[in-house]
Amino acid sequence: MSTHSAASYLNASHGIASWLFTRDHKRIALLYLISLSLFFALGGMFAGAIRLELLTPKGNLMSDATYNKMFTLHGVVMIFFFLIPSVPAVLGNFLVPLMIGARDLAFPKLNLLSWYLYMAGALLAVTVAVTGGVDTGWTFYTPYSSTYSNTNVMATAAGAFIAGFSSILTGLNFIVTIHKMRAPGLTWFRLPLFIWAHYATALIQVLATPVVAIALLLVMLERGFGVGIFDPKLGGDPLLFQHLFWFYSHPAVYIMILPSMGVVSEIIAAFSRKRIFGYDFVAFSSLAIALLGFLVWGHHMFVSGQSMYAGLVFSVLSFLVAVPSAVKVFNWTATLYRGSISFDAPMLYALGFIGLFTIGGLTGLFLATLGVDVHVHDTYFVVAHFHYIMVGGALFGYLGGLHYWWPKLTGRLYPHTWARLAAAIIFLGFNLTFFPQFLLGYLGMPRRYHVYPEEFQVLNVFSTAGASVLGIGYLMPLIYLLWSLRSGAKADSNPWNAKGLEWQVSSPPPVHNFDQVPTVTEEAYAYAPADKGGS
Amino acid sequence: MPEPHGALAQQFEDLEQQHESATLGMWLFLITEIMFFGGLFAAYAVYRSTHPEAWHNGSRHLDVVMGGINTAVLISSSLTMALAVRAAQLSKKTALLANLALTIAFGAVFLGIKAIEYHHKLEAGLVPGRFFTYVGPDLDHLQLFFLFYFIMTGMHAFHMVVGLVVLAVLVVMTLKGRLLGDFYKPVELTGLYWHFVDVVWIFLFPLLYLIGRHG
Repeated sequence: MSTHSAASYLNASHGIASWLFTRDHKRIALLYLISLSLFFALGGMFAGAIRLELLTPKGNLMSDATYNKMFTLHGVVMIFFFLIPSVPAVLGNFLVPLMIGARDLAFPKLNLLSWYLYMAGALLAVTVAVTGGVDTGWTFYTPYSSTYSNTNVMATAAGAFIAGFSSILTGLNFIVTIHKMRAPGLTWFRLPLFIWAHYATALIQVLATPVVAIALLLVMLERGFGVGIFDPKLGGDPLLFQHLFWFYSHPAVYIMILPSMGVVSEIIAAFSRKRIFGYDFVAFSSLAIALLGFLVWGHHMFVSGQSMYAGLVFSVLSFLVAVPSAVKVFNWTATLYRGSISFDAPMLYALGFIGLFTIGGLTGLFLATLGVDVHVHDTYFVVAHFHYIMVGGALFGYLGGLHYWWPKLTGRLYPHTWARLAAAIIFLGFNLTFFPQFLLGYLGMPRRYHVYPEEFQVLNVFSTAGASVLGIGYLMPLIYLLWSLRSGAKADSNPWNAKGLEWQVSSPPPVHNFDQVPTVTEEAYAYAPADKGGS
Repeated sequence: MPEPHGALAQQFEDLEQQHESATLGMWLFLITEIMFFGGLFAAYAVYRSTHPEAWHNGSRHLDVVMGGINTAVLISSSLTMALAVRAAQLSKKTALLANLALTIAFGAVFLGIKAIEYHHKLEAGLVPGRFFTYVGPDLDHLQLFFLFYFIMTGMHAFHMVVGLVVLAVLVVMTLKGRLLGDFYKPVELTGLYWHFVDVVWIFLFPLLYLIGRHG
């Protein structure tokens, strides 16, 4: 294939309208990339405000009410408008058709619609930052959200509601595309594991998101019309809201982490020059995580007043999720064994993912244990745990994938030394920020307060210092990736010498991806002719 | 919803692949709808089990004759919808138009009867919130029942309105000579949606109107 095509998807047409009305999955991916980066920066600023306030035990930067709005906006923006769309909307949109040898997703117009829905929801939700704020926490617990909060809960919930349909449409598009549009010879067990991960994610998006939609709609109705759906005074049950909310919002954790696991599988194989060890198990573990993820939502409610029996069942089921998660970690590690490993930036993020996800996953088992959970519930231990999964896991996968496929997205190479340095700084900054929070939580510091006893200050200073390092680490890719657009060396079609159909088309790819539909004759990751290490 | 208007879109290899994708997409969309209504039905089930008296009591306030007539109307509309799909496949333009028009008419009758029922509830002071002026025992839980009555039937009615709009678009397309023979797919997909909305009502009717009627 040619190394540089005259008419790539980037320069095939010009003007703002050619982007805003595009149906090209690759351009829509870039629209998502730009908007997600902006919302990530916004969510990061809210986090910065939180860490700055927590530098000292007293509330000397903002009032408790302002602090409540800060952590709520941080959670809402980061979860609904960054992490949930992140890998699927950017990398998935770009790569799913390329990896399966298709010219586009099955429904290009729906794909564009989903970006508009995302933008509408996200913009509506962030306008509350200047129209009264929102202080319910990202979880919108009733009856506080429906009755007592004096902040702009309506607009925030409506924003999350609208963005939910964006997520549903993306998932629907992926499922149909993966089922119906694979190239000849590309059987299910020749698919890249990135595709398996996105298929499992899409199942969750399609099945779980409608339930949170109805839950948020009921909250909005209750708040708007003063009726008592979750109001105990009228016979309603606040716990019912928590059930409906977590029925989506726990699986949503797997919407965030599964696509990143798919990214890590691709990177580990490419930078170890080996087939993924136990391909079938890694593929099915994605489906197992998606399935089990639907059965564990009650572990968020151990101390909410659900029955002891329900708590026991949810505890046991939560332990089960560790099995497919561990299958992935062990198989990635086994893939490294006797591989010829190179430590480029994507690989650093992937290795970071394995380590941090393991810590996040193991502390998740602490929290699934009923007795321990009573002790650390609503403390910084929980905050640290889910940031190890969300940042150390999901975000590391996103950044690793962005670095891995950046030459394909843009046709440009970034400076590798800077990229490696940034990965190292982000890793260090992340651990410095969040590891002290495990200790703080175990010592009993509760989450969501803007003041704390003085003995917790040292660890909080560490955490805030780490957040500053992390902030610098995030700025570095922003600078050198933007720099590369203009000044980076031109990338050929396969700069990593990797396997996969996406590396067979030029960088950046032509508008319709493939001049003729490719025929696939080999399994994924056929790096070594005689692969004795694989299953 | 996918919108194949017959011509082959560039991302597909052939019409068969395009049709299969559209059908799968619609079924997936209906699954998301099942989950959406499923959340409501789950909430209904929880409250019915915690307040069985109020639920039976509330059910007796509903007009089972009007509900019954509406059930018959909606089932009839499903029949005409199915006949419309058949007519489109056989390229019978007049029959297609007639059946689409009948489906729209049945849908409109359903919504009309529903509006009359809503009006009666308003007059009786049974609309939750500040309109709830009904006097009787266990008012709070009765109000909760009527909340679910209005949310569930309201959500169903909203889906019917969407369906009517899509059916109207199909009528326009038919008048322009599309949707016949090989291009019947939009009619079939709309039919799937319409039948789904009917099935939701088939569950709503007994769960809301009939639970207070035995014993």
